[in-house]
Amino acid sequence: MTNFATLTRMRIQLTLRNRMFLFFSVIMPFGFFFLYAGVFAKGMPQLVQYFLGPVVALTVMGSFWGLSAALVMFREQGILRRFHVTPVTPSDMLASSVVANFVLTLPTVLVEFLFARSFFHVTHFGNLVSAFLLIAIGTVSFASLGLVVASVTNTMQETQVINQLIWLPLIFLSGATVPLASLPQVVKRVGLFLPATYLVTGLQSAIYSAFAPWSVDVLLALCSLAVWAILTFFLSAQLFRWEPESKIPRRAKLLAAATAIPFLLLGIWENKTNRTMAQAQAMFDSLNAPSKSAPPADSRE
Amino acid sequence: MANSILQVENLVKRYGDVEAVRGVSFNVEEGEVFGLLGPNGAGKTTTVEILEGLRTPDGGRVSVCGFDPQRDSAALRHEIGAALQSTSLPDKLRVMEALRLFASFYRRRRNPEELLKRFGLEEKRNTFYGQLSGGQKQRLALAMALVNDPKVLFFDEPTAGLDPQVRREIYDIIEELRREKKTILMTTHYIEEAERLCDRVAIVDHGKVIALGSPRELKAHSGGTTRIEVRLARPESDGALKRLEGVADAREVDGAYVIHSNRAPQTIVSIVKHLEAQGNELVSLEIASPSLEDVFIEMTGRRLRD
Repeated sequence: MTNFATLTRMRIQLTLRNRMFLFFSVIMPFGFFFLYAGVFAKGMPQLVQYFLGPVVALTVMGSFWGLSAALVMFREQGILRRFHVTPVTPSDMLASSVVANFVLTLPTVLVEFLFARSFFHVTHFGNLVSAFLLIAIGTVSFASLGLVVASVTNTMQETQVINQLIWLPLIFLSGATVPLASLPQVVKRVGLFLPATYLVTGLQSAIYSAFAPWSVDVLLALCSLAVWAILTFFLSAQLFRWEPESKIPRRAKLLAAATAIPFLLLGIWENKTNRTMAQAQAMFDSLNAPSKSAPPADSRE
Repeated sequence: MANSILQVENLVKRYGDVEAVRGVSFNVEEGEVFGLLGPNGAGKTTTVEILEGLRTPDGGRVSVCGFDPQRDSAALRHEIGAALQSTSLPDKLRVMEALRLFASFYRRRRNPEELLKRFGLEEKRNTFYGQLSGGQKQRLALAMALVNDPKVLFFDEPTAGLDPQVRREIYDIIEELRREKKTILMTTHYIEEAERLCDRVAIVDHGKVIALGSPRELKAHSGGTTRIEVRLARPESDGALKRLEGVADAREVDGAYVIHSNRAPQTIVSIVKHLEAQGNELVSLEIASPSLEDVFIEMTGRRLRD
C-alpha cells in the first residue's frame, strides 16, 4: 500500500513538472472548452450546458493519451527496469498511474464547470452526482485503455500512431465533437459500439437533462464503463512489461480483443433498441424547441 | 559450500538460438566482493539479471540469500540492492526524492540523509536527475542500491562509460563497501577494476567461466612472472619465440607478440639477437608484470578489450 501511495505522489509531481502535461491537460481541454462554449454555443447558456457534456468527456478521454506516452517512455528509458528490482509490483505501478491521472484530471474538469458558470452564466448543472460518477469511472477506464496501449506497443512512435487511430473515432463518432443526432445514420450505428459514445451521452444526460444516477441512460453508461474499466485494467496488468525487449505474450492479443466484448454486445443491443440514440436525439431537438422538452436551465432564456 | 550467500550451478540461458549463458557455476561467500570479468557479450549481465530475478533461467539452479529468485522474488527483492546497466530515472525527479521514494519500498531502510552525505551528493539533493553528470548519476545509482541496507549488492558494470577520474571515485566507494564487509557481485570488462576491487574473480567468455580464483591465484597460474609485449617489422612465427631463453609462453595477439618469461633480461637479449639473425626489426617493446588480461589471453588467444 505504501508503494502505491509513494508512487502516486511521484507520478503527480513528475506530471506537474512536465511541460507536455501543461499542454495536454490544461491548454488543450480549455481550448476545447472555449471553442465549444464560445463558438459552437455562441455563449448561450442553454447551448453551453448542452456542450459541457462533450467537453468534459473530451477531457476525461484525453487521459489515455498522456498515460500511454508516459508509461512507454518509462519503459524505453529503462526507468521501469530500476523499479523492477525493487518490491514494487506491476499493479502498484499501474494503479498509481491511474490514480495520479485521476487526481490531475479532476481539477481541470472542475475548472470547466466553474468557467461555464462564471463566463457563460450556466446556472444549472443537472445532476452533479451522476456527472461526478461518470467522470470518475470514465477517467479510470480511459486511463486503463492508455495502459493497454502502452503495453501492446513497442516504441513511442508506435504508441502515438495507435493513439491517433483510437483518438479520431473516439472524438468524431461519439458525439464528442459533432452532436450524435446530427451524424449520418451509418456513423451513428458505428458510434454505438464505442465506449466514448456512452460517456458523452451519459454526461450530457446528467448535465443537460439532469438524469439521476439510477436513470437508465446514466446507469447504462456507468455500468458499461465500469465493466470495461475493470477489464482493461486487468488486461493492462497481464500485459505489463518492465523491459523494452520483453515480448508481448500471444494470448495477450486475445485478451486485448476480449476488452472489446462489453461494447460489442452493448452496441448490438443499442442498434436494436435505439434508446441511447433516441435520448441523444431528444436532447438535440430540445435545443431548437426550448418550450417543449426543455431542461431547467433554459427556462430563463 | 551449502551456506554460501549466493549459489549458481550450471546456469543456462538462451535467447532464441543464441546461448548467452552456457553452464555457469560459482558461489559467493558472505562479505566478499566477487567479480565477473569478461568481454561484452560474455553473458555477465544475463547471469546477474537472473540472480536479481529479472530474467528466467533456462537451466541450472541459483539461490540468493537462500531464496530462489524466480519463486521467491517478492521476498528476495527486500534483501538485494542493485545498480543496473542501461537504467535511468525520470529526468524531473530530484536526487533526494529518488532516494526517499526508493527507500519507501522496503521494510528495512537506511537513512537517505546519511547516504546522500556518504556519496557526496548533499549539494545535489534538490537537483533534477536529468541535470546530473554521468558520475553523479552513477553515485546516486550506488546510493540507491543501498537504501534497503541489502544483504547482497549487484553492481553491473559500475564504471562503464565514465571517464578515468570519475571511475576512481567509484572505486573508492566500492573499496569502502568492501572494508565494511558488504557482499558484492559485480561485473566488469576492466582488468584493473577486477584486480583492485575483487576478492575473487570469475573470468567469463562466451557464456562460460574459464577461470576462477583470487586475482593473485589467477595470475600465478599465468605462464611466467614477467610479460613482454613486442611489435615487429615483419611477422614472426611464434614457435620460434617460444624456444628463446626463459620463455614460458609466447603467442600472437592482434599483430603483437605477448611473451611470458621467467627471466626477463635474458629473454629480451635473446629476442634482440634472434631478430637480428632473422633480419627482422623491433618496432616496440613493453615490459609489465602479468595481469588478469594475460590469463584471458592464455585461455582464449584474444584480448579482453578491443
